[in-house]
Parts: sequence; structure tokens; C-alpha cells
Amino acid sequence: MLSGTILISFAGALACGCLPRLSANAYRGIALTAAALGLTLALFAYLELLLQANLPTAIQLPWITALGIEFHLRADGISLILGLLTGIASVTGILFSWNIRHRVREFFAFYLTLIGAMYGVFLSYDLFLFLVFFELAIFPKYFLIAIWGSTRKEYGAMKLALYSFVGSALVLIGLLATWLAAGASTFNLLQLSEYSFSPEFQYWAFPITFIGFAVLGGLWPLHSWAPTGHVAAPTGASMLLAGVVMKLGAYGCLRFPMTLFPQGLELWRFEIAALAIVGIIYGGGAALVQRDFKYVIGYSSVSHMGFVFLGLMTLTEIGLAGAVLQMFSHGILASLLFGIVGRIVYDRVGTRDLKELENWQLAQRFSFAAAVFVIAGFANMGMPGFSAFIAELHVLIGAWQSFPSFAVLGGFGILVGAAYTVRAMVRAFFTERKPYVPVPAKPIAPLTLPERIGTYLLIAVTAVVGLFPDLLLNLIVPGIEPFVAAPPQTPGD
Amino acid sequence: MDPHYLELLRLLIPETILVVAALVALGCDLVQKAEATPERRKSIALGLSVLGCLSAAAAVLLERPDGAGMPQWLSSNAADQWVRITLIGFALIVLALSWKSALTRHVGETYFLVLVALVGMLLMTRAEHLLLVFLSLELVALSFYLLIALSKEHPQSAEGALKYFLLGSVSAAFTLFGISFIYGATGALDFSTIAAQSERTATITPFLIVGIVFVTVGFGFKIAAVPMHAWAPDIYQTAAVPIAVFIASASKLAGFYLFAKLWTIGLAPWIDTVDPASDAIGWRWLLILLAFASLLIGNLAAIAQSSCRRLLAWSAVAHASHALLGILANDTQGMAALLYYLLVYGFAVTGAFALIWLVESHGGDDRIDSFAGLYRQFPLEALCLMLFMLSLAGVPPLAGFFGKFYLFLAAVQSPDPTGALFWLVTASIAMSAVSLYYYLQVLKQAFAREGQFTATRIPKDPVIRTVAVSLAAAVFVLGCFPQLVLDMLPVPN
Repeated sequence: MLSGTILISFAGALACGCLPRLSANAYRGIALTAAALGLTLALFAYLELLLQANLPTAIQLPWITALGIEFHLRADGISLILGLLTGIASVTGILFSWNIRHRVREFFAFYLTLIGAMYGVFLSYDLFLFLVFFELAIFPKYFLIAIWGSTRKEYGAMKLALYSFVGSALVLIGLLATWLAAGASTFNLLQLSEYSFSPEFQYWAFPITFIGFAVLGGLWPLHSWAPTGHVAAPTGASMLLAGVVMKLGAYGCLRFPMTLFPQGLELWRFEIAALAIVGIIYGGGAALVQRDFKYVIGYSSVSHMGFVFLGLMTLTEIGLAGAVLQMFSHGILASLLFGIVGRIVYDRVGTRDLKELENWQLAQRFSFAAAVFVIAGFANMGMPGFSAFIAELHVLIGAWQSFPSFAVLGGFGILVGAAYTVRAMVRAFFTERKPYVPVPAKPIAPLTLPERIGTYLLIAVTAVVGLFPDLLLNLIVPGIEPFVAAPPQTPGD
Repeated sequence: MDPHYLELLRLLIPETILVVAALVALGCDLVQKAEATPERRKSIALGLSVLGCLSAAAAVLLERPDGAGMPQWLSSNAADQWVRITLIGFALIVLALSWKSALTRHVGETYFLVLVALVGMLLMTRAEHLLLVFLSLELVALSFYLLIALSKEHPQSAEGALKYFLLGSVSAAFTLFGISFIYGATGALDFSTIAAQSERTATITPFLIVGIVFVTVGFGFKIAAVPMHAWAPDIYQTAAVPIAVFIASASKLAGFYLFAKLWTIGLAPWIDTVDPASDAIGWRWLLILLAFASLLIGNLAAIAQSSCRRLLAWSAVAHASHALLGILANDTQGMAALLYYLLVYGFAVTGAFALIWLVESHGGDDRIDSFAGLYRQFPLEALCLMLFMLSLAGVPPLAGFFGKFYLFLAAVQSPDPTGALFWLVTASIAMSAVSLYYYLQVLKQAFAREGQFTATRIPKDPVIRTVAVSLAAAVFVLGCFPQLVLDMLPVPN
């Protein structure tokens, strides 16, 4: 399974890139097949772990022997869940990109390259390999946005590429320092995690690597690539960006600095938790005042990723489990919201300006969009029965145990989340018709089958996880045990 | 050092073969001048040159790599052999590209000078004696002055050649002056005897400092490092593409290899010599300062360029700074990293130049905007351009990434009492993000903008296509499997 997901995605990218002059549907078909195969493999691996407690066999091959670098893939419950998320987001992303007509072949080639790189990050256990996939994910994003994007696409694409590259530069510095400190012999994460780094080293190596990954995770104040990038990106790319790429950052934090530098984590966790709280409130506040519908979702992603970081910093079992669950949940919900706003609404109506959308009377004219946005919006603001509720509840309970005052602020953040979601929902769909303002005459194209399937799939996943969170939690908990056990006592603050 | 002349010929078989080939090519061209068409003259001279290069390569491969029977001033080991084969390979690429050149009237002269420059570079690779160093440096420089001026298709090439000549002769004066000071301080000219003088002059004398500084300045000219970098933008802009490629790839490799040997063998004892009585310091600091300055000036100046050729020139200054890390590492690991890096840098920069040529010969010039819409008419070539630029920027899995990574790794793991090397590596990593910005500017034009290139089918350029595709394949394969090259290099374990 492990190498299969990566290989199938890259093979799909290669097939799209190298087969010239097929029809657009053929490229779409290739892309969808590759993504669906990847999802199937990820799903099988997940089910095998869930039902039979079998982890997929690790792959460990010599690669660059002169430097002790290995091609080392391995997975635990957390990787498998995030792999599953990648599969779902990529399949639905391709369904929502079905209407791409401009340079279809290249679009799907870049898209599948990005997907393959993301699987690679979640499954690598060699830090060099990890970095290779992490950086490989950067340039397809640039081209996806710069070529197929909309609002200020070149600016958004460059900003995103540079932020990501700066982040990975920090990671690279940390990686070299780690390698050197551990005796300059291996990049194997398992071997490195047995090494105890000196506290002085951890004191500075932890923040460097953590911040490097957190750039991609959208931690305030390094988040500013996220709203512009999400808005500029074509819908399918926004779905992957918000849905999976931001999780690469959070997952990187968990897998590398938090695993290797427990004492550094202990020293810095309060500061990072504080940044996470600022992100939750700031992202929510910024989402509350946006006019562009996509910016609302973009800033809401910053806010929701704040919960991930807050959960990670609690270092309690429930908080960490909540953080991983929130990664999955937000991945699904952000994909769904971007799909609705970018594809279902914007591609038909031609505007994302909430003030203009008020005139469209979408609730009457396009009730499907209004209905699914209501579901997605309520799920996103934490309505019981959907995944975000369980995840954020876990995070807040964890935060209550570690940082009580932050738990209160985080609860306030949820209220802000409800406020901006309702505001956007009302203005986009449910505003009363204003007299004297004509409803735009442009007809609204009927819903297509791919959109319908994608929407139902995402809603079903978030509902299933919301109703049966143990499906994921049972796999997450073993993966987070080492972090909970690491600090013997929680510091009073 | 006075072997018999026949003995000299035996030691220098490959070089002799090349000189004979050069003379024959020149002679054939002279003899048939009156009646032959330029095409015919070109094919004869080119054929003879390729034949000469191939037989020289065979002669190099047949040499015994153990260095038995070699005099002290002429080295012959596995690394030398590898470098010489690579140099001949670069020369073959140059010859392949020259098939497309107009070459005006000077067919025989051009090929003669290319081969003579190659002889100079092969001698540089083997020189372990300061006089031979100077001789070979001058042989290469004199050939290049003429080669640049000979490309009369570019009207400014005479200006470029004059600039190159002026700076080159100043730097030659510096080198010669430095050599005389080193000789004065140590009483020796060959590397191993110089190094053996360290007991006599363990504390570095001002006399020796002057020598080292002067040689370093002269060396800076060869590799386009600050402060002797000013020629690079003009030469890269005005020289014919094959010549610019020759300077950017082969001449750089030979220069770096020669000076790496001078520093790490000849001047090795004085790397850090600190005399408590004086403030004198070793050459490590000198090179670190040079590298810092080149890194900043090269990258920052490259941002502002609107000409793609000048952009490559300024980025070459930055790449020289990366390569200096390999010398500063001062061990076999560093040497292997340096050679790998220069090999793949040569490939990428050659490919990039080939594509600039493609644009120039289809109605564009060297401005970055000329690339606009390249993907429409030349999709395959545009893909190659993407691989070259991303490799130069250091994006995995392309060879440039591993090259940089290996250099950084070699630099941080070498013992460094000054502690500055780690900061230099940190700065280099940070500057990589800057470099991504300007490389992406070119790719943005080629892929995301529309321009003079349209989808009309025009005859492809077979020379450029072959060169670009094979170099792009090399950049990709060597990036994915760097062990292929490392196995041939003198790497520990």
C-alpha cells in the first residue's frame, strides 16, 4: 500500500503529461482513476489496521548509501488517517475540477504530482525523503495557481511558493543540525528518536523546525500565504491546499520536532499555544469582515488550524487526539466549503463578492447550493453530529487540562466561527430581496454529476466521523501515546 | 622536475591527442578553404574535434589511476580521471551545440580554440605545481578571449571579449604575484613541498598572507566569485551560446577542482593558523567572506535582472558561493559534494542556455519576457526548461537539490573552529528562497503567460531538442539516484 499510493499518483501524472492529444475526458478519466486507486489503497490499509490491527509492512531500501539515506516508508494510525484524507480530498478535488477546460492535460499532471508528494510526506520515515516530498509539493502548487487561478493569481502563487520554500529552508537547517548532533550517521526517524539530544540543542532546534513546518500549517503570524493562496487557486487546488497541504505542516510538526525534541517542546509549548489561540481568534475575526466569499473560508482555515496547533500543544491524550481528528475533519470540511464556494457557486455566478451575491437570491434559484452550504457551514462551526464538533471538543477539553485560560479563549473562537459562518451564509444565500435591485438575469447552469458525487461523499464522511469518531480515534490514540508519556508532569501555568 | 621530453609525451597522452586533433582540424580547414561551403567545413572540423575528444577520453580511461610513475607536479588519481572525463563530456556538449552556430568565417579557428581550451582545462585538473597552474590558467583564458571575440553574430561580443580580457589579465597578474609570494614564503612550487614547509612557517607570515590573498583574488575571476565577478554578466550576455556554456560549465569545474586542490593540499597547513602574537588568520576566513559576499550580491542582483542571460550570470555568482562550501569542508566528503554539484550545475546551466538560444533563434531575445508562451510552441522544451530552472533553484527530486544538500551536509560536518561555516550554510539555505523567486520568474513567463509563441506547428530544432532532453533526463535521473555519480567519486564509505 505504502509505495502504491505514491507510485500510482506519479504514474498518473506521467501518463497525463506524456500522452499527447487525448480528449479532455480521457485526461480526466486517467486522473480520476489514479486518485481513486490511491484512495482504495489508503482505505484498505486503514481498514486493515482498524479491523485486524495490521500495520502495512514498512519499506526500507538503501538509496544514497554514501550518506546513510534510505527510501524508508512506514505508517502508523496517524499516517494512515491522513493518507485516507489525501485520498478523499484528491478524488473529490478531481471531481470538482471536471469543468477545467484550459490545458486539461497539464492541470491533471501537476495535480497528481502534488497528490503523490503529499502521500509521500505522510508515509516517509527517513527525514531526507520526508524533506524531498515536502519540497516536491511546492512547485505543482505554484503552477496550479499561476496558470489556472483567478484573483491575483501570480501574486498568490508566488507568495505561497516563497512562504513554503522559506518554511522548508528552516526545516532543512533544523534537519542538518539534527543529523549533525545525532552523530552524523543517519536520517532514519526511528533511530534518531532514540537519541537524546542535549537540552541546549533542543532549545533552539525545536522552534526552528517547528516554525518551518508551521508556516505550511498556517500558524499565526505565518499564515498570510493561506488566504491569498486559497483565494487565487482554482477550486480543485484550493481543496487540496486547505484540505491536505496545511496538514502537511501540522503533521510535520508532530512527526519531526515534537518527536525528536521533547524538552524543546516543553520549553516552547506555551508560546506556541498562545500563537495558536491568536490564530483562532484572529482568523475568525478576519473571516467576519471579508467581502470575498472565498476569503471567508480562507481565514476560517487559519482559525481551524489554530485548533490543531492548540491541541498538539496540550500534550494530553484527549487534546492530541483532538488535534489529529481536527486535521482530518478540517481537511474534509475545507474541501467541501471550497468546493461549494469555488465550483458550485462561483463558476456559475461569476462573483464571490458577498454584496453582489445578495442580489442573486441563490436560496430560491439554486437551492442545492444553499442546502449543502448550510450543512457544511453548520458542520464547520461545530454542530454536534459532524466531525468538527468532536474534534474541537477534544481539543478544548485537552486545553482545559493544560492551559485553562486558553480553553476559554478557544471556546470564544468557536463562537466567532459560528458568527462568520452564519454571516456569510445569510449574505450569500438568504438575504431578502431588495426592492428596485434587479436579480441578475444570467441563468444558473444545472448541477453536474461529478459535483453531486463529490459533495455527497464529503458530507457523508464528515457525518460518519461525527457520529462514530471511534473509527478514527481508535487508530489515533496509539500513535500519540509517546507524546503523552514524554512529559512526566504538566507544568503549572 | 626534468623528465625526458618523450616521457612528458607519455604522461600527457590525452592532451597530446587533443592538440594534434586541434592542429589537424585547423589544417584541414586551411587547405580546403577556397572551394568548400561553410556547412562542409563545419562538418569536417566538428567531426575531427569529436574524434579527438573521444580518443582523448579513451586515453584518459586507459591511464592507470594509481598515479604510479607520475612526477610530483602532475597528479593522476581516480578523482582527476573523473574530472577529466567530465570536462571532455562538457566539451562534447559544446561541440554538439556548435553544430547550430553560424560560426561566420572562422570555422577552423573556433574548433582549434575550443580544443586548446579543453587541453588547458585538462592540464588545470592535473597541475600540482604553481607554474603549471599558471600556464594552464593562461592557456584557457587566452583561448576564451579569442572565442568570445570570434562570435561575430553578436555585435557586442567584441566589447565583452575586451572586458573579459582586461579583467582576466588583471586577475592573471594577481595570480602570478600571489604565486611569487607563496614561492618566496615557502621556497617551493609544487603543492606537496609547499605543504611540507609548514614546520618552517607554521605561523602564517604576512608574506604568505599576501600570496594567499592574491591567489584567491585571481581564483575569484575563474569561478566568478566576488570581487572578480563583474565580467560574468557581460560575457554571459554577449558570448555565443556554446562558448558561454563552455565557460559556465567546464571552465568552472576545472577552476574549482584546481583551486580545491591548491587549498586543501598545497595550502592545507594554513587553513586556520592563528598566531597568538598577531591577528593573522588562515584562508578559511578569506573563503568564508568571499562566499558570503558572493551569496548576497549574486542572489540580490539576480532578482533585478530582466535579461535571462544576465540572470544566469548573477545566479552563477551565487552558485559559486555554494560550491565554495565544498572547498571549505576541506575533506573528501566536501570534494565529492563539490564535484557532484559542479557536474549537475553544468548540466542545468547548459540546458538553460540551450533554451535561451531556442527563444533567441525564434524571434525573441534574451529578455525574460521573450519566454512568454513558450509551452505552446515547444511543450517538450518548456518542460526541460522547468527541470533546469527548478534544479538550479534546488527543488527535489532534481539533481540541484541533492547537490546543494550534499554541500551543506559536507560543510556542517567538517570541524570548523571559527563556527562561521554553519552560519554560511544557514545563509545559503535562506538565500535559496530568494533564488526560487527569480527562477520562477522565467518559468512564469514560459508557462503562465501568453506571448509571441503560438500553437502553430513549426519545424523543431533537432540539435537543441536532443541536447535539452538528454540533459533534462540527466538532471532528473541523477537527482533521483545520486548514488550513480557518488559511486565514481572518492567518497568515504
